[in-house]
Amino acid sequence: MYRYDEFDQQLIDERVAEFRDQVRRRLSGELTEDEFKLLRLLNGVYLQLHAYMLRIAIPYGTLSSEQLRMLAHVARRYDKNYGHFTTRQNIQFNWIKLEEIPDTIADLAGAHLHAMQTSGNSIRNITTDHWAGVAPDEIEDPRIWAEILRQWSTLHPEFTFLPRKFKIAITAAKHDRAAVKIHDIGLRLYRNGAGEVGFEVMVGGGLGRTPFVGKTIRPFLPKRDFLSYLEAILRVYNQFGRRDNIYKARIKILVHEIGAESFAKEVEAEWQSIKDGALALDPAVVEEIKSRFRYPVYESLVDEPAELKAALKAEPRFKAWFNNSVSRHKRPGYAIVTLSLKPAGAPPGDCTAEQMDAIADLADRYSGSEIRVGHDQNLVLPHVRQRDLAALWRALDAIGLATPNVGLVSDIIACPGLDYCALANARSIPVAQELTKRFRDLGLAADLGYLHINISGCINACGHHHVGDIGILGVEKNGEEYYQLSLGGRADEHAELGALLGPAMPYAEVADSVEDVVAAYLELRERPAELFAETVKRIGLEPFKERVYAAR
Amino acid sequence: MTSPLQQKLKVHGPVVITANRLGDGAVVYWTAAGAWTTDIAAAAVATASARAKQLLAAATADFVHAVDPYVAPVELSPDRRVLPGNLREQIRVSGPTFSLPGA
Amino acid sequence: MRLVKGGRVVEDRFVRVLDEAPVPDGVPVIVPAARLLADAAELVRREAPTGVLWPNDRRIAELAPHLDRLALVALVFPHFKDGRAYSQARQLRERYCFGGELRATGHVLRDQFLFMQRAGFDCFEVKKDADAEAFIEATRRFSVFYQPTADGRTVALRARLARAIAPRRERAPAR
Ligand code: SF4
Repeated sequence: MYRYDEFDQQLIDERVAEFRDQVRRRLSGELTEDEFKLLRLLNGVYLQLHAYMLRIAIPYGTLSSEQLRMLAHVARRYDKNYGHFTTRQNIQFNWIKLEEIPDTIADLAGAHLHAMQTSGNSIRNITTDHWAGVAPDEIEDPRIWAEILRQWSTLHPEFTFLPRKFKIAITAAKHDRAAVKIHDIGLRLYRNGAGEVGFEVMVGGGLGRTPFVGKTIRPFLPKRDFLSYLEAILRVYNQFGRRDNIYKARIKILVHEIGAESFAKEVEAEWQSIKDGALALDPAVVEEIKSRFRYPVYESLVDEPAELKAALKAEPRFKAWFNNSVSRHKRPGYAIVTLSLKPAGAPPGDCTAEQMDAIADLADRYSGSEIRVGHDQNLVLPHVRQRDLAALWRALDAIGLATPNVGLVSDIIACPGLDYCALANARSIPVAQELTKRFRDLGLAADLGYLHINISGCINACGHHHVGDIGILGVEKNGEEYYQLSLGGRADEHAELGALLGPAMPYAEVADSVEDVVAAYLELRERPAELFAETVKRIGLEPFKERVYAAR
Repeated sequence: MTSPLQQKLKVHGPVVITANRLGDGAVVYWTAAGAWTTDIAAAAVATASARAKQLLAAATADFVHAVDPYVAPVELSPDRRVLPGNLREQIRVSGPTFSLPGA
Repeated sequence: MRLVKGGRVVEDRFVRVLDEAPVPDGVPVIVPAARLLADAAELVRREAPTGVLWPNDRRIAELAPHLDRLALVALVFPHFKDGRAYSQARQLRERYCFGGELRATGHVLRDQFLFMQRAGFDCFEVKKDADAEAFIEATRRFSVFYQPTADGRTVALRARLARAIAPRRERAPAR
């Protein structure tokens, strides 16, 4: 966990004062809505259907228990007792009052939390692997680099009024859990043939109306050049990204229109003029940031202690949860535990103030006071002693946070949709709720294996529908809610965009159709280990199409 | 349902002017008396586009109390009560269509 | 519109010359980009200072050969959302080391002053009078900065290293 120093604290305090003044000027009529909208968006304040929404950044998905308690406090004091974890390591509060936002962010600043640049045409919250620092397959902790980027991008004097929003993700593991290929800039930290550690730089990935998988423009970037090269990319985008059409303003369109090669050339030219300037990273600067990351003091333990073995034998429900929600830690005797925020019938990613407080207490007790937020809208306790797993499971089960469906069919990602969002065509959450009920049989879910259903209420794709095995997109037909299904997407290192199955269907037919698709997969897969996306790739859409449309 | 903010002003059937209150975001409606109310029943109803435009212009002029006014469809019940005219407006009146987690 | 320079509201000594209008002698002028490129030789011979109004969709590299002879470059914010001129300003200051007056024109509002100043602007055609009067307040709002630019402010990444020498400093330096 990164600890703020006096500089970081001073800056967010000053930002709170600035936003308080901006809100005051809006409420008094000194600012028009057009002027204020841009200012409030730069501080994560949206206007939804029935209230304002405040989006708070959880940089690189890491929270201390104290910070999670602060979020619980915000939920209770300023909202309706719950918050919503998003797909980009943020949390949203849906019922916040503009008049109270200055006080809300002042409270948050006390816990080193902020809402800066969680929206607007700026560099957004930098995301990374939610297992950063504990994953066995990573080469170093990517959060150091995410924090360097957080600072560099915060109130950037050149890149706060970009053509469009800008999202950056970093992974340092073999298996990409940060979906870096669908970000404006994706960074992969790895060791090259010469044994040096540096970054592969990908640009132009993204979902939305025109989805693209990012393209590599620099196979290996030394650490020293990390900031200067990114500055060069942003400078090229800021000047040449389209501003005439909001749907063509993301960097992916620029990269697509001029080609990745000429884009890389522009960046190279710009970079040559700045690479040896003030942004060249001094190892001492990196060390300084690194020194403020706190890690738990690990005990020397052994894997599979007797307490764990006994509990696995005695308690089948514990065993099912263990098999599903517990992952290998890089330290022996420890484990990474995922807390499913997807119990059957509940809105995906929502968490009540009471649950937040309870999770904070459990983190203090079992996880070095640390919690992670994943882009699958689940939470993680990253440092649990294996011998404590059974006790932790009992405590989680008691508060409804031990559903063993992580990564399975009922672990659905859904955007807020028409129940909250002013841009929506159709509802997402009730579709997810219905599907989690249909697939509540955990035996079936386990048999299906990893299978992601992602739902977006409109083409903006906040629910990442393009990269779900089964993607569901809300569209509008004659004023009614309709939905398109797409199949075969994935967001990992084999990133792939799903293909449209066929004509859109009304709300009432969605759950049945998804059940048909799933049944078809069960029959058609070559072997149980063949992933859904692999089956689709092998046999194409036709067999699924038949199943879904023949009956209707 | 294309966002109403992007729609051209064509009026088929009864409409009202609605927005969100500046200070707290609450859903509000423009009344015949030229003020905002949270009660859809008290909203000024227009059935012709000239009248709707007039109401919208008056509501838009008041940018200090409400945000982004637009024209929303309503239905009139047999006893002339004003009801939201589509799902989106229904949700704005009565909230999300499922029970909220923290309730 | 008010012109702010050095933190104060000042008179504009430059005269704007429209597209084809004759360039008056003996007074500082701002000419359009096309005019500068077409009449460069002639403009050099003037006694009084010359400035250019450079649009935000033209590369600064094109302007670079003329910078020596220019007293002022005015960049444009057609709308406050359009941030292209921030990049142009930094290129002018940091890459081409332009030392003359760098003026922000167009939709220039209070909440952008500090960003503009950090990018290298030192003169502002401010849309609203109240914003012009609040200039000093708006540009002193922050005392901590993360990004190195040519504005001379100390950046946190560096200040931290300095702290190793003076470890007891409680607050961030004001500038
Ligand atoms: S995908 Fe569309 S409906 Fe869903 S949250 Fe994003 S903008 Fe709203």
